[in-house]
Amino acid sequence: MASYVSAIGNERFHFPDLAALLAAASPRRSGDELAGIAANSDSERVAARFCLADLPLQTFLDEAVVPYESDEVTRLIIDSHDSLAFAPIAHLTVGGFRDWLLSYTADAPALAALAPGVTPEMAAAVSKLMRNQDLIAAARKCQVTSAFRNTLGLPGRLASRLQPNHPTDDLKGIAVSCLDGLMFGVGDAVIGVNPASDSVPNCMAILEMLDELRQQYDIPTQTCVLTHVTNALQMMERGAPVDLVFQSVAGTQAANRGFGIDLAVLDEAYAAALGLKRGTIGQNVMYFETGQGAALSANAHHGVDQQTLEARAYAVARRYKPLIVNTVVGFIGPEYLYDGKQIARAGLEDHFCGKLMGLPMGADVCYTNHAEADQDDMDTLMTLLTAAGVTFLIAVPGADDIMLNYQSLSFHDMLYLRSTFGVRGAPEFEAWLERMDMVSPGGRLRELSPQGAGARLLAFAKETR
Amino acid sequence: MTDSLTAPDPWGPLRHMTPARIGLGRAGDAPPLKTVLDFQFAHAKARDAVHAALDTEAIAAAFPGRAILQVKSAAPNRAAYLRRPDLGRQLDPDSRALLEASAGSACDVVFVISDGLSATAVRDHAVPFVQACLERFTRWRIGPLVIATQARVALADEVGALLGARICASVIGERPGLSVADSLGVYLTYGPRVGRRDSERNCISNIHPHGGLTSAQAADRLLWLTGEALRRNVTGVALKDDGGEAPFLDATVVNGI
Repeated sequence: MASYVSAIGNERFHFPDLAALLAAASPRRSGDELAGIAANSDSERVAARFCLADLPLQTFLDEAVVPYESDEVTRLIIDSHDSLAFAPIAHLTVGGFRDWLLSYTADAPALAALAPGVTPEMAAAVSKLMRNQDLIAAARKCQVTSAFRNTLGLPGRLASRLQPNHPTDDLKGIAVSCLDGLMFGVGDAVIGVNPASDSVPNCMAILEMLDELRQQYDIPTQTCVLTHVTNALQMMERGAPVDLVFQSVAGTQAANRGFGIDLAVLDEAYAAALGLKRGTIGQNVMYFETGQGAALSANAHHGVDQQTLEARAYAVARRYKPLIVNTVVGFIGPEYLYDGKQIARAGLEDHFCGKLMGLPMGADVCYTNHAEADQDDMDTLMTLLTAAGVTFLIAVPGADDIMLNYQSLSFHDMLYLRSTFGVRGAPEFEAWLERMDMVSPGGRLRELSPQGAGARLLAFAKETR
Repeated sequence: MTDSLTAPDPWGPLRHMTPARIGLGRAGDAPPLKTVLDFQFAHAKARDAVHAALDTEAIAAAFPGRAILQVKSAAPNRAAYLRRPDLGRQLDPDSRALLEASAGSACDVVFVISDGLSATAVRDHAVPFVQACLERFTRWRIGPLVIATQARVALADEVGALLGARICASVIGERPGLSVADSLGVYLTYGPRVGRRDSERNCISNIHPHGGLTSAQAADRLLWLTGEALRRNVTGVALKDDGGEAPFLDATVVNGI
């Protein structure tokens, strides 16, 4: 295995292997410091970037950061690499790739054709050489569409996940939060509940209520209960209305084992969900969540920095042509992303790497109460991600998730983004809002009044048992 | 829009169905200012709980006549504590020496009261909870009461091992949410020693006066769990699987503390 030296002036910096070089080149973050792999100084960090800039992209195909023999994610990355798609950039260094991504040559069709040729390590490496504005500008050029009962990812569109969680999974409570979100035009990416209890009968009860709501009002969207993939398999066996199969995924085999999954069980669930043929417009049936730090928290990081491992999780996700993928960027806590600055940087990196690899990438713009962050930081990140063309964002009533005890975006935030940037919901969902008379002639969401059309929806919550 | 002053709130009958912040209304696209300030106040309470220093003397004074040991983790301050969970799980050298010097005869149960992520929860609820436990734990030898600062759940493993305890109860402030900033948790570990996994603990969470468990309820549950653990020489997943009722620690919970 090669080691790397960077000489600047009379200073020399030594990096024992590729993983160490990538870690040292990463912007400062608490998770890499906790793992003991971060750069020891700001000078060393930039020296690592000089060194990384001169590294040929081909290196990442010759040298694995996690061993091929012992890790099925590495095998997936190497075995599924598309060398034809890679050809246009095969001669480039990581630094040359950065310049190419920002060039006019790299337009939407070129980037779409390139995606299967980009490995996670290439995406992560180039992101470390990009400033925030580079991450925004390059991601914005990537167009990734996916479809189930509506179409996500079209230019000028921003979808949203409605997250109506309840601390005891009370069906009426969940229904009320659903309706609150629908009044704001939220929920085209998915109406998705994190259950408080993972028992299969409980998850099925939530799923049946969500499906009834969707069918009663003929809402062109998809629903999901975010439970373990093995539970989804059981629910499908029992005939539950599973639109999307959800799973948290990570970037190493050992970290995925910590989640209780491997590629075989994902393959099985993917086949089962496709077999249900519930999508009307498309057959993207998977929903994945990721987040930097997942592998370290499972003691399964192999000395690789958390952002590179995050990109490797996207290799797992893209095997299954998902409808949506989101990074739960600030959820994991300050020992991985310390403050609003680190959370914002990670959110932009994750979105860029996901899009570059061809994923319909969204984000949960969020933080916990022991992180150095607040709603102002969320305002900044959601604004930056919308500028970057993020596929969807997650929103909860009043930005306060009362089940998971953290703060995300509020339904109001989606109105702000639509007004400020002119981004619109999925076209099928937008047409539904108009049919329901929930949109005024100017295109703005109407406010709820007792006489208004939206009030009809409220009847559903009263009828829910 | 004088109508809005007199029109009934369409959400009225629905609000009691969920504690979620539904039906907030709008100022243009934004939430109305009062709801913004309500949110900021709840967040401020949560942050204050995270960053407050625990008054350990006040806790000690509530247990007159009982041997008290005050210890610190290896995390020198709150900033280090938040960034380095590993330091919060280790004793600092002086505290280790104190415990080694204090180790007398073996005991059955040691209580470790730790600030965790909410010193507010510990200040307000740890004393009545531990008192309720001591009233009930009459059939066991109870070790010195340990009060720990900048401490994570697993710090109690080393404490329990040094004091020769058969079982250790780590009473700790839980990560504050917006609705509850003062929730106490207790993590029970049989055979405490450094390196115990989270799956080897049982947890009672949500001890607080806002719709959570009362001190008496939580103490009753801990009494039952401790009895089963000492009878069967185990805590964690195994205790849950056979015992049925015992809550098993979700690893994600302890990651937060």
